Amino acid sequence: MATKLPATSHEPLLWDYATSKESTDIVEIDSKYGLFIDGKFRAPKSRKYFPTINPANEEHLADVAEAGPRDIDLAVSAARRAYTDVWGPMSGAERAKYLFRIARMVQERSRELAVLETLDGGKPIKEARDVDLPLVAGHFFYYAGWADKLEYAFPGVSPKPLGVAGQVIPWNFPLMMLAWKVAPALATGNTVVLKPAETTSLTALMFAQIASEAGLPPGVLNIVTGAGRTGAAIVGHDDVDKIAFTGSTAVGKMIQSQLAGTSKRLTLELGGKAAHVVFEDAPLDQAIEGVINGIFFNQGHVCCAGSRLLVQENIHDRFVDKLKRRLATLRVGDPLDKNTDVGAINSRAQLERITELVEVGLSEGAEMFQPDCVLPDRGFYFRPTLFTNVAQSHRIAQEEIFGPVLSILSFRTPDEAVEKANNTPYGLSAGVWTSKGSRILWMADRLKAGVVWANTYNKFDPTSPFGGYKESGFGREGGRHGLLAYMDWGEG
Amino acid sequence: MSRLDVRKTYKLYLGGKFLRSESGRTYPAVGADGNVLARVAKGSRKDLRDAVRIARGAVGGWASRTGYNRGQILYRIAETLEDRSATFVGQLEDIGLSNAEAIAEVGQSVDRMVWYAGWADKFVQIYGNLNPVAGPFFNISSPEPTGVVGVVVPEEPALLGLVSRLAPVLVPGNTAVVLASEASPMPAITFTEVLNSSDVPGGVVNVLTGSKEELIPFLADHMDVNAIDAGGATPEQAERIQQGAVHNVKRVVLPVGDGPTQSPYRIAAFTETKTVWHPKGL
Repeated sequence: MATKLPATSHEPLLWDYATSKESTDIVEIDSKYGLFIDGKFRAPKSRKYFPTINPANEEHLADVAEAGPRDIDLAVSAARRAYTDVWGPMSGAERAKYLFRIARMVQERSRELAVLETLDGGKPIKEARDVDLPLVAGHFFYYAGWADKLEYAFPGVSPKPLGVAGQVIPWNFPLMMLAWKVAPALATGNTVVLKPAETTSLTALMFAQIASEAGLPPGVLNIVTGAGRTGAAIVGHDDVDKIAFTGSTAVGKMIQSQLAGTSKRLTLELGGKAAHVVFEDAPLDQAIEGVINGIFFNQGHVCCAGSRLLVQENIHDRFVDKLKRRLATLRVGDPLDKNTDVGAINSRAQLERITELVEVGLSEGAEMFQPDCVLPDRGFYFRPTLFTNVAQSHRIAQEEIFGPVLSILSFRTPDEAVEKANNTPYGLSAGVWTSKGSRILWMADRLKAGVVWANTYNKFDPTSPFGGYKESGFGREGGRHGLLAYMDWGEG
Repeated sequence: MSRLDVRKTYKLYLGGKFLRSESGRTYPAVGADGNVLARVAKGSRKDLRDAVRIARGAVGGWASRTGYNRGQILYRIAETLEDRSATFVGQLEDIGLSNAEAIAEVGQSVDRMVWYAGWADKFVQIYGNLNPVAGPFFNISSPEPTGVVGVVVPEEPALLGLVSRLAPVLVPGNTAVVLASEASPMPAITFTEVLNSSDVPGGVVNVLTGSKEELIPFLADHMDVNAIDAGGATPEQAERIQQGAVHNVKRVVLPVGDGPTQSPYRIAAFTETKTVWHPKGL
């Protein structure tokens, strides 16, 4: 990074941690993966494969099949057959037991899945192990229990499944996004064709093995790997009844456009540019931890990342100083090291996008701070980065960077905080730090965001609905509300 | 000598005011017998943009009223509607309904408004809940209004269609830009007089008469409209609305079958669920 500034006033760590590397022996990775269609792994009709690498060191992990239109045809017709013959007619109580069984098997193999998630995607092992995998198992366990209780979910309606659900998920929380999509879809009686992101296919493929070992009937879950073209083939397939997408707002809009003129149901969980508001009366040390977690969790590859910090003017300098000191203690590097706080950027393309936007930030006049940490020689890494002197019109204050980059702005009054926080086309999440209870509720009422974290940040739970306002998409995942996305409720 | 009657001129309803189209255009509303009932304003792109701007300005005030207060205002609409029922019956007869049909439609419209009025302080309890998260957090989800909603009213029933589409939009605190029945605009125009005398704040409901074909693309593409009820759109118009919706990820409610009767789930279609977390601790 030519643009790196020295951390002059912020001493680096006086001690270092001994490496504590998670062993990868627990995971067996095949050299080549087929598509999981109708209960079996099959070679793709397209005959194409693409490589997947470890972004932490750029080493080749495996070759993964690229599903073409004929493969999608096979997957959708398998899902349709399974819906009509097996999964649709099955009682909710039986569906529930399959999902409970899957939840338990995920728990049983969570170490394996966590290591594989880190190898293929670059996230710190402590996050994969302590956040992603517990939430994956929890999501299946939660929705399993809904499968035979759907008539109690919403009063006065008679719920019916939609049919075949096509699902396209991103690379930031590969297995967790799979769980958020697959668990409610199967619990409500739909069958699934799911495409993982092309840089993070492996845990979805291991999940397919688990589903198969769980005895899930063939065709109920189909995993088709590939990139954008594969996703477009699912979205455009005539026999798919519902599309669920998580990813960028740009792609979400392409999907919304592709579905215009059809009666396919759609839910979108798109980008964000969350405001993280810190008032003068906030518990500052806790707020610092919250802000750090808000933007550097998962390298900032988080749609709800707190990427715009709004600090009340009279504490701005003190808060920024504390942030810089905390930044210098973040451990950046090998994701498999259990000490690592910030792991690898998911791909070269994403690293380039982050680098480009950071350069734009500098050229627009914002001031950058990066700690003086040593990055590994190979692999994709980016230093945790703060920008001060940011104006609302700057691209780094408007666009989703999807990396470890925080833009800092200030405000004087609560009204100004609300106005600046809502000054974005997005509306996924927001954060508020203050000691005053009535102010929390006042702010929560006014922030145009689907999730508001008050005196905490980046918390997730299977029972808690998640999703956006405005251009962050529509529909909710998680909780009772998450069922709505996969049912026809039989009301006008 | 018989007395010469005083005719009314029929205008748009924007920001609580009765205005002619800025374009100066009008078109004839024709009765079932082929006679011209009146000339009505033919709303323009500029009128539509004004309506959206006004509706945006009115969201904050309407949404921040209590559900109890919105419920009372919606109930007041029903009272005024009932009071004006003779006018509505006459207008529905003009467009071809029998007297009995017209009386029935007006009665249903009043009753529907009463039904929705009662939801204003209850739907949050049906749609919201506390979430039992696995940790020491208070976690609650509740519905909030989506914002500015475009309402494409069905061509018929001209009054009941309008009430059925508009009421669920207003209940949670959205404001509306309404495209009235093009062929039978008179009941919608009279309805604006009901709104105007029912304590509905100016700008909460804005009603345009005119060509749907002309206005729908502008409504669909508008970056400050959050959602559209396409219930009164033709399949081609509905697709145009879906395409325009892409610009700012509008929520679109498509026409289904014969359309809705009445359902709290229509209210939910114009809400956003917000989830708030807070830690518990000493």
